[in-house]
This record gives sequence, structure tokens and C-alpha cells, in this order.
Amino acid sequence: MEVKKRAEIRSMQYDEFRNNDYLERMADQLNRDGAGVIVGSADELINWGRSNSLWSLTFGTSCCAIEFMALGAARYDMARFGFEVTRNSPRQADMIMVLGTITYRMAPVLKRLYDQMAEPKYVVAVGGCTISGGPFRKSYHVVNGIDKIIPVDVFIPGCPPRPEAFYYGMMQLQRKIKVERFLGGVNRKEDDKAPVTREQGSHPDGEPRQLVNLSTCQLNKEEE
Amino acid sequence: MTMSADNIILIKPEELYDEASRLRYDAKEPMDYLRDIVGMDWGEEGLGALYYLESTSTGARRVLKVVAADRKNAFGCAEHSFLPSVCSLWKTARIKEREVFDFFGIRFTGNPDMRRLFLREDWKGYPLRKDYDMDSNPLNMDNETNADVTEEYTLRPDGTVEGRENVVFGKEDFVVNIGPQHPSTHGVLRMRTSIDGENIRRIDPILGYIHRGIEKMNESLTYPQTLALTDRLDYLSAHQNRHALCMCIEQAAGIGIPERAQYIRTIMDELQRIDSHLLFYSCLVMDMGGLTPFFYGFREREMILDIMEETTGGRLIQNYNVIGGVQADLHPDFRRKVKEFIKHLRSVIKDYHDIFTDNVIARRRLVGVGVLSREDAISLGATGGTGRASGWSNDVRKRHPYAMYGKVDFREITRTEGDSFARYMVRMDEIMESCHIIEQLIDNIPEGEFRVKTKAIIKLPEGNFSTSVESSRGEFGVMLESHGDKYPYRLHYRSTGLPLVDTMDTVCRGQKIADLIAIGGTLDFVIPDIDR
Repeated sequence: MEVKKRAEIRSMQYDEFRNNDYLERMADQLNRDGAGVIVGSADELINWGRSNSLWSLTFGTSCCAIEFMALGAARYDMARFGFEVTRNSPRQADMIMVLGTITYRMAPVLKRLYDQMAEPKYVVAVGGCTISGGPFRKSYHVVNGIDKIIPVDVFIPGCPPRPEAFYYGMMQLQRKIKVERFLGGVNRKEDDKAPVTREQGSHPDGEPRQLVNLSTCQLNKEEE
Repeated sequence: MTMSADNIILIKPEELYDEASRLRYDAKEPMDYLRDIVGMDWGEEGLGALYYLESTSTGARRVLKVVAADRKNAFGCAEHSFLPSVCSLWKTARIKEREVFDFFGIRFTGNPDMRRLFLREDWKGYPLRKDYDMDSNPLNMDNETNADVTEEYTLRPDGTVEGRENVVFGKEDFVVNIGPQHPSTHGVLRMRTSIDGENIRRIDPILGYIHRGIEKMNESLTYPQTLALTDRLDYLSAHQNRHALCMCIEQAAGIGIPERAQYIRTIMDELQRIDSHLLFYSCLVMDMGGLTPFFYGFREREMILDIMEETTGGRLIQNYNVIGGVQADLHPDFRRKVKEFIKHLRSVIKDYHDIFTDNVIARRRLVGVGVLSREDAISLGATGGTGRASGWSNDVRKRHPYAMYGKVDFREITRTEGDSFARYMVRMDEIMESCHIIEQLIDNIPEGEFRVKTKAIIKLPEGNFSTSVESSRGEFGVMLESHGDKYPYRLHYRSTGLPLVDTMDTVCRGQKIADLIAIGGTLDFVIPDIDR
């Protein structure tokens, strides 16, 4: 029995997203492994709920955090997408949004916070600094990309990214959640062993955790 | 405007304290404000420091240069360089000397706290020394432990140095850890706070969680390249920070700026100040539990961001000032939109005061809480709105006018109470004062060039140059030493926030821990600017 797993977002056409092939591969994999009618449908319902109520741990270290605040205010209003609830405790958060440069002194703290979060958990790396070190790449005290410390689900480039880019990245994360297998999949995942790198990153389905890179995202191109 | 290099007085290390003391208590012109201590590595000449002093009564400035003559063997100690501490003359020296120690390894005799400031306690070497190996400290993922003791060095009469341990937090202290991941510390600040019941006994700020080593990076960047990093120091003073660096380089290189660019820079600086103060209002109120005013503040702030974006292309990081002027000419709609915005802001500012300023809860939590005296403000170097709320008129725009500030009429907002409420009101009143400045300029922007052509590679003459501007939260300074190359030999920024964080301990002692966040909010610091 094939379960239709197609990551739709109501406000944006499917074809307008980049990285569709990556999500389709995930859906294919799921279908190959097989899913029962009941389990598959329950998954879709649960994932619909999960993807529309993402609670993020606020982890603003510098400039990007101010843009995140703008997201919370009335003009950009992230409540429309269901992730306006920010948590200050990792125990209550679904995802960690890393906003700003991660330095050597901060790196163990970030890892510790990530470890304290309950599964299933997601990481969004916002801004040039978190992706590669950005303008501080050559510094003696800056981590060149947080994917060296924790596995990243979505990268949102920019310095800082525009609010629209934030949304694009967040919608990509929602789409990713929508194709996941929840029952018997991510809800059972408990082993979160120490340092996970880009190569070692573990995916709920046993595959390496793949990365959605938005560096060529349409929104950004239009702005340039 | 012409400016020569800074006038530097060279002093021997053993005479530093006496000379500094003489200047500090001079009858005519007491140098009671220590702007900054800039650690230096002069290579063969040795390690040392520059002391930037200012007299709050006359505005006169002095620079002292001290070289710990022998790189290794000063005061007969085989391992370390020592300088005498001046922290008994200026309170701010205590944390500034820790910074110099952290970056250069110069120990200060008489400073009771010689811990590292920005780097981990197990960090090896001193990164701003010229011979520092950039690969010597790989990423260490071990959780960090903080020592509860610190070293103090004293100089014996025979010239040798004696070390002893001081206790930061003893066994009887109940220490609460706040940060670094905390939404109300305005960045990744960490405060170890010891409390007695509900009262704060001591605050020990732990910094460096966003230390990016900008000053070291500057040494391998050409002058136009160094500009890129200033916006990312205090991103709510992006224009002013960059303005200061551009001014410093322009003055050193003798580049004249078109009048149009001066007007544009001044207007942009003031727009940025309004932007920052609106954000200050939003955050302070949200920290104290009010959500609606947050939306008010951001509503108006978005209008400024729109205006800036049209001209500069950026919302937060604008990269607008360049050496010789500004990046691009004003957008055709700029003048109209700015005037509309100011009209709008004047019509809504009453709502701000209605909902928060006159609120009973807000008053009870702000009035009379966290008092900073004028003497302490000066001694701690707490500039900006914080100092002005304590009655210290420290506005760089008035005291050392730059750009168009000498030609516009505006009031320097000062108050005398020095409490949280005064700090809040100073900033709220400054919003209106900034509107007033912009209104005087916006219709008179002269036609002409917005930028003069400069060479791609700029070489500055040898010497020390410094400028300062009034950023959104205090005096931002640029201290530059050039050895005639296309790269700066040393480019140091006076952080506006470092003295403010240092103020926390003085202001909060004896206060309730529940007021800590409100006091921190009104001091208004931005952490990336502190850590650099």
C-alpha cells in the first residue's frame, strides 16, 4: 500500500520550492519500506500537527536574533505559520534556531542545549556565521559552520537573512517534517550519541541526515 | 577639518602610577574619565599599553604610552610582563586591564582580579600578540569550568613580584547562574550572581561567548576591508560605528568629505539612534512582561528600516558609510519618507508613554531602582544614556562635535536621579531630540557629490589616530596605530557596552534579584559590541 507523501504548503506552489527532489527521495524511501494504511494516515495527521506548531528554542547570539524579533512583531507575524511560540528551555522546544555566530566558548554550550532537547528535534542554522563562519571565518575563535558540532536540517543564508528568507527556510523544515515517518520512526528515536557531523549525522530512517541547502533559494536571488 | 596624529606622552612603567595619579587629581584639569586602555604589542620594543584619558570638566584629552620594556623580564620575573594597575584611580581600569591581560598577557600589579575576560580559562597563549600561533587553540568541546579564585600580583619594594589568590565566590556564597542562553540578557551575556535571600551580593559577568576576534582580524585586512566588520559590532549602531572608523581613516589620510555626505551621515546616524531606542523600548518592556508595547516599537522601527533599506539596501547591516563619503546617493523618496515618518512618530509617541511610562507597575519597578551616582558613572566610564541619566553630560556630539553636529541645535538630555527610570526617560527623550536634529537637516541637504574618489589601497601615515562618536548607547571610539602600511598595525574599538556591563555589579548590589533584568535592560548594552 502506497502512502502519498507530498510536502505541500498551502500558501506556496509545490514547484516554487527548491530541493523538492530531496524530499521526494525521502518519501520514496518511506514507501519502499512500506507503511500500513492506518499507520500512514495517522502519520500524516500527526505530522500535519507537528509541522504547524513548531516551538523553537531562542538561541540568538548576535545580529540575526534582531531580525528574528522583527519576525515576531506584527508586520511579519510568524504566528501565521504556527511557530510563534518560542521557548527558553530546551526541554520544551521542538527545534533550535541558531541565530548568530557560534564561537569556541559558545560551542560546548550549544551542544549541551541541543543534547537537552527531546527527540524529535530539528536544527535551523540562520545566517552566514552559523553556516560557514561568515565574515569571521579566519578568526581564531569562531566555529566555521555549526554542522561541525550538531546536525543541521535547514540552512538559511544571509547576513542577516531577510524575514522572507526565514519563512522560506521554516517552510522547508515544515515540508521535511511532513514527509517523515513519525510512528515507529522519529518518535522512537532515542539514541543521540555524541558528536554528529555532516557525514555521521543520523537520519530517523537510518540514512544519513541530508541537508537542505538554500543558498540558491529563489527569494534571495530576487533581492539581489 | 584637519587632524594630526594623537599626542602621546611616553612614560616609564615605574612612573606610570604616579603620573596617572597626578593627571587624575590635577587641580585645573582632572583627567577623571579613562576612555580606554589599549593593549599593544610593539614587537622588539616590547609589550605595553596606551591609556586614553579625558577631563570631564574641560574635554581635554591625553594619551599615555607605557612599554613594559623587556618583553619577558620586566620586574625581574622570567615569565611575564608586568605593568602597574591604575584601577584604584579609575574603576573601569579593572575590567579594561583584564582585557589587556587576556589579549596580551600583560599582568597588572595591584589589580585584584587577573582572570581572563573573553577567552576560556584554559586558553593557551595570548591571541593579539604578533607572534601568536593562530592554530594553537583548536575547538575544545569540553564544558568549561570557572575558577572561583583569581590571582593578584603585588610589587614588592625591591622590584620583585609577589602573587596571591583572591576569592571571587567563597563557600558561603549562593551563586545563581544567569545566561549565556537567556532571552533577557540582550545577547549571550552570562552573569554569576551571588545572592543573599532575594538581595544581590555580587555580579560577576562572564564575557566572550560572542568574541569573534575582530581586532586581530583587522590586522590582516586593508583599510576599506576593515569597514565591513564594524556594522557587526553593535548592530543597532551600525551607521555610527562605521562612521567613526571612516572618520578616523579619512582624518589620518587627509581625505576631505563632501558636505552632502556629512549631511547624509548625520541624518543616518540619527535615524539609527531612533531605531535603536525604539528597540530598547520594545525589549525593556517585553523583559518586564508587557507584550503590547513591543508591537508598538517594532511598528515604527519597521518604517525606519524601510527608509534605510531603500537607500542602503540593508535592513540591519547596512554597509553604507565608505571612506570618502557614503556608498550610494539618497533614494528619491528619502526626504519625503523621513518627514512623514517624523510626523507619524510625533503623533504616536504619546501612546508609548500612556501604555508604559505612566503605568503604575512600571514606575514601581523603575523609579529609585538601580541608582548609579555621577562619580561612579564617570569612574566606570559608563557613557551614553546611562551616564547622562546620572547627570554626567558626556554626549560626544556636544563635547567633540563631528559631522554636522556642531551646526545643528539640539539639547543634551540629562537627568540627575541615576535610577532605572531616569535611564529609560533619557532614551525616550532622545528619540524626540533626534527627530529635531533630522528636521533641521533634511530640507537643507546640499547638492553635489556624495562621495570622493579614493584609491583602492589606502596607506595611512605612521602614527596613532583616534576618533569617537556618540553611538546609540554611548561613546564608541576607534583607536588606530599605523606603521605606514596598507593594513593597520593595531585597530582597537572602544566598546560602549563593556563599561556598562561592568557597571552591573556596582548598580545591582543590594538590589532585588527580580530587578536585575530591568536594570540590565535600562543600562542598554549589546553583547557583540562588548566581545568584539
